[in-house]
Amino acid sequence: MHNYGRAIWVTAYREFLRYVNNRSRLASSFIMPIILLIIFGAGFNKSLGNLVPGVDFIKYMYPGIIAMSVFQTSLFAGLSIVWDREIGFLREVLVAPLPRSGIILGKAAGNAVTAVIQGMVMLILAPFVHVSISPVTVLELIPILIIISLAISGIGLLVGSRLRSQQSFQMVIGVLMLPLMFASGAFFPLNSVPLWLLDIARINPLTYGVDAMRHVFLGNQAASALGIKLFGHLLSTGQDMLLVFVLGVILITITAVLFSKQD
Amino acid sequence: MIPTLSDNVIEVKKLTRKFKQLTAVDEISFNVSKGEIFGFLGPNGAGKTTTINILCTLLLPTSGTAAVNGYDVVSHTSQVRSSIGLVFQESTLDENLSAEQNLLFHSYAYGIPKNERKERLESMLKMVELWDRRHDRIQTYSGGMRRRLEIARGLLHHPKVLFLDEPTIGLDPQTRHKIWDYIQELRKQTNLTIFMTTQYMEEAENCHRIGIIDHGKIVALDTPDNLKDAVGGDILTLRTTDNAAGVREIQERYNLKTTFEGDNIAFSIDHGEQFLPEFVKSFQGHILSISLRRPTLDDVFLKLTGASIRAEGAAPSGLMRRRMMGRMS
Repeated sequence: MHNYGRAIWVTAYREFLRYVNNRSRLASSFIMPIILLIIFGAGFNKSLGNLVPGVDFIKYMYPGIIAMSVFQTSLFAGLSIVWDREIGFLREVLVAPLPRSGIILGKAAGNAVTAVIQGMVMLILAPFVHVSISPVTVLELIPILIIISLAISGIGLLVGSRLRSQQSFQMVIGVLMLPLMFASGAFFPLNSVPLWLLDIARINPLTYGVDAMRHVFLGNQAASALGIKLFGHLLSTGQDMLLVFVLGVILITITAVLFSKQD
Repeated sequence: MIPTLSDNVIEVKKLTRKFKQLTAVDEISFNVSKGEIFGFLGPNGAGKTTTINILCTLLLPTSGTAAVNGYDVVSHTSQVRSSIGLVFQESTLDENLSAEQNLLFHSYAYGIPKNERKERLESMLKMVELWDRRHDRIQTYSGGMRRRLEIARGLLHHPKVLFLDEPTIGLDPQTRHKIWDYIQELRKQTNLTIFMTTQYMEEAENCHRIGIIDHGKIVALDTPDNLKDAVGGDILTLRTTDNAAGVREIQERYNLKTTFEGDNIAFSIDHGEQFLPEFVKSFQGHILSISLRRPTLDDVFLKLTGASIRAEGAAPSGLMRRRMMGRMS
């Protein structure tokens, strides 16, 4: 048990170091969402008008964009396993007296820390899109960011632990990234999309993460009007989070079990 | 959980590892006692690295058992991992971190107590003469510096056994010597057990005992001196204008078995100093050059396996085996 805690902490520590040391990755995780916000905003804001009273397109997109930036960083969390394998560092980790499942949890935990920091930095944009934030918003945001990053890094780590080269990782993630991104409600409301797209959205953990974020930023009324229905029910923030959390736990558990298997 | 009572730090019994249809390690058994430098000598693909990977818990054996520091490598992985330090063939440093950060990560991972961390880091970095470069990223390090740092890191948690997989491969002779100075110094200080693999004969000379491994089997296991004695006598090599005729003559007149070393005819002979003058006088062919030497480990290898260890290109089976095994983890 002592080893377990150590495995999580030491891996998380290094993930965090890696994130901070890698300036280009740090920059891209902020720039990409901001560019999306500017371009989509400029393109749609005037022509679409208000989606629901008081919520124009840019305001609608803002919570989704924060979720997106966390999504992007988390999905690429798995790249660190592939990378470590390529540079040989993975062996240093694997021969250390650390449980393998603890290493996976540590990677997810390190990623969660960066996700929270990233989400906090994105709050700087709030005044520009006329979203008001309070200390309560910030407090509510933190657990949501952690849970989203847990679920999405679960996907990334699962892919990363199975693949041996960076190229194949980039390819698999590239194929996964677009559908998960667009069928999540981050860029357009899901209440008027075709059924097949809705079905993809329903099994996508990001959908519920984005929904929870929207509850926090736009208030329950506006969020519900734009939200997704599951078995005919609109979801509350709590239900959203529970769903993402359960999906995350399942994904991380599968990854940890597979990673712990010895050759 | 109770360590075995014997002095053996490594105990291997009938260890076998198969990769699909290929048997990389084939029923090998050996023991390494405390404080010993034990070496595996063999060409690429002989099964050296596979054995190390099993002993350090990265690979599961197909059959047989292995224990390190009294702990079984399959059932007590955590205890085995705490007992060993490793220096792999390929670098396992994080290039984006500094030397100090790499060692810090290691000391966290092995749970080195906080109050000892700083002191150990400093003494290790000073030993391998990298203290002044500790804040530099590994990217800026040369191959020799990296290997030195890896040795320092492998020893940071005070392991009982240090595994060195080809510790000086790809390094220049000067650096190679230096690395061996550190290793010898360390062993004197701590009574550390060292298990190493190599394909360099000179390096194998540092070992107390050597296991010669070929195609997954240990073909001989003894001290370097005993192994050389077993070759029998001295080695005489000569080059003639007509080697084929030379070989015929040597075989007919002295009834000796000959081999080729490049352009040279080679054969072993007892009391070479006395044999040489007589041989030169009575040899019918035209001798271009001739020399006499004590047997080396290369001769031992040649005699036991029928192939020279250094002839890497000439061992396609070895290359094939290596490729089939792929890169483990």
